[in-house]
Amino acid sequence: TLRLICTTTAVQRKNVGASGPEKYTEAFIKKQIEEFNLGKRHLANMMGEDPETFTQEDIDRAIAYLFPSGLFDKQARPVMKHPTEIFPEQRKIQWGEDGRPFHFLFYTGKQSYYSLMHETYEKLLNVQKHQDQLIAQDLPLQKEKRNLAGSRWLTKIELEEMLLEKVSDDDYSRFIQLLQKLVALPCADIEEKYIQKFCKEVPAQLKTVVIEPLQYDERGVAFSTGEGKRKTASATAVVYDNGTGKITVNGTDILHYFPVLQDREQLLFPFQFLGRIGKHDMVCTVSGGGRSAQAGAIRLASAKALRSFVTEKEVEFMRQAGLLTVDPRVKERKKPGQEGPRRKFTWKKR
Amino acid sequence: EDKLLTEPLSHPDFFNVKELFTLKDLFDARVHLGHKKGCRHRFMEPYIFGCRLDQDIIDLDQTMQHLQLALNFTAHVAYRGGIILFVTRKRQFCHLVESTARACGEYAHTRYWQGGLLTNAHVQFGPGVRLPDLLVFLSTLNNVFEPHVAIRDAAKMNIPTVGVVDTNCNPCLITYPIPGNDDSPAAVELYCKLFRMTIIRAKDKRRQSEAVEELR
Repeated sequence: TLRLICTTTAVQRKNVGASGPEKYTEAFIKKQIEEFNLGKRHLANMMGEDPETFTQEDIDRAIAYLFPSGLFDKQARPVMKHPTEIFPEQRKIQWGEDGRPFHFLFYTGKQSYYSLMHETYEKLLNVQKHQDQLIAQDLPLQKEKRNLAGSRWLTKIELEEMLLEKVSDDDYSRFIQLLQKLVALPCADIEEKYIQKFCKEVPAQLKTVVIEPLQYDERGVAFSTGEGKRKTASATAVVYDNGTGKITVNGTDILHYFPVLQDREQLLFPFQFLGRIGKHDMVCTVSGGGRSAQAGAIRLASAKALRSFVTEKEVEFMRQAGLLTVDPRVKERKKPGQEGPRRKFTWKKR
Repeated sequence: EDKLLTEPLSHPDFFNVKELFTLKDLFDARVHLGHKKGCRHRFMEPYIFGCRLDQDIIDLDQTMQHLQLALNFTAHVAYRGGIILFVTRKRQFCHLVESTARACGEYAHTRYWQGGLLTNAHVQFGPGVRLPDLLVFLSTLNNVFEPHVAIRDAAKMNIPTVGVVDTNCNPCLITYPIPGNDDSPAAVELYCKLFRMTIIRAKDKRRQSEAVEELR
């Protein structure tokens, strides 16, 4: 290192920000783990419980009891966890005692990323060699197409986590292009296991939502329940089969409860969309919100209830029509320095 | 221990690298083929045998001598446990060079060369990093046909270089230039094979000598 002899004091002041995030040495992490275990036993003694069988949940409860905090953000409250969960995983020293680095691509700077590219290219060459062999023997090339609809490639952040080093956008796009090139070859089935490491399943949206089966009441009539919310109104609807199209809200008929035509139209929309206007009876309860919010809440509740009566394709149609989505719009808060959420005070030139 | 290090230096060809290649091997691998007359670099003129139909032909006798010196030097460096870094910027041979380096137990850099790799190593890698003791260039030009930055940086950091110089390259700053073709796959495969064999031979000899010393 160079030693500056005649310079201003400004240059000699250490720039704390420029050194980057701290590197945690192995000895430091080990010490933290020892301190954590000791502290765990002390805590168990303090709480009067057995130090041997003191689990992480007990620790969390004990800390929440000893240090009650009214802070809103859960991550800002006092926390006592194992050091491996607190300190981010970091790369240890990359070279041995004699100074020789462990990895053969160490001097490139991005060793994990370039070794990944090297391996993927090797798989590509393997597949091409296999293809050439098959062509030489006049055998037909396999044409089973991988199902690309249900899977996606790893995102840049997931790749960074996998490699434990920063990956730039260009590098990431190059890697994805190489993978796509590998997958596009006809004999790529050989390296299926390697490619699976970089694929993630994308479950179809509807599969996560479980549509409840129909229930039957004492008379043998099929019915189904649904719940819906809109602004501050929440509603529950029970839709019965073999009905005449009668709709009751909070004990009263809709003509009396919703005098405005718009609200009644909103209630009837799910039935009209499915073409089942005169076929179902509905009994609903609603509270909170205003006239329009209650109508929207009942509409969502009835659409959710109708899912049980209808085929999956029609459910998908309903979802695309927006009948099954919760409307996220709520009243925006007023901001200081303004008259309302958006309206500013009158601007006076002088 | 001193005897281990000083003994190879007394022989002119301790590792017998001459037997690894013959003139015929070089000719079959098309090492003598250079670029066209218009691409010729001024400093490569001493190494060129002649020009046929506008294509330069490299003098294989001189190549033999330079290759022998270079292989001998790499063998000595590998014998003393030095770090050898293979550098090339040719996309065709990037995978081959990386596999060769891995097979020898040495290091390779066939990707984009970041500016301060050698000159700013302590900031880039961390304090206490060990720089390579030898740089081997399978191609001295980068993708824009300019001299590779590593030649200049190695000269700055006093690191010796061995490089295959083609007729359009500048052999000035390279300590052990090897005039020869760097574009044909056959030529580059031959170079990789030769370097791999010398390094493995040197390392084996070192292990044998150490075992013999320990037995005494």
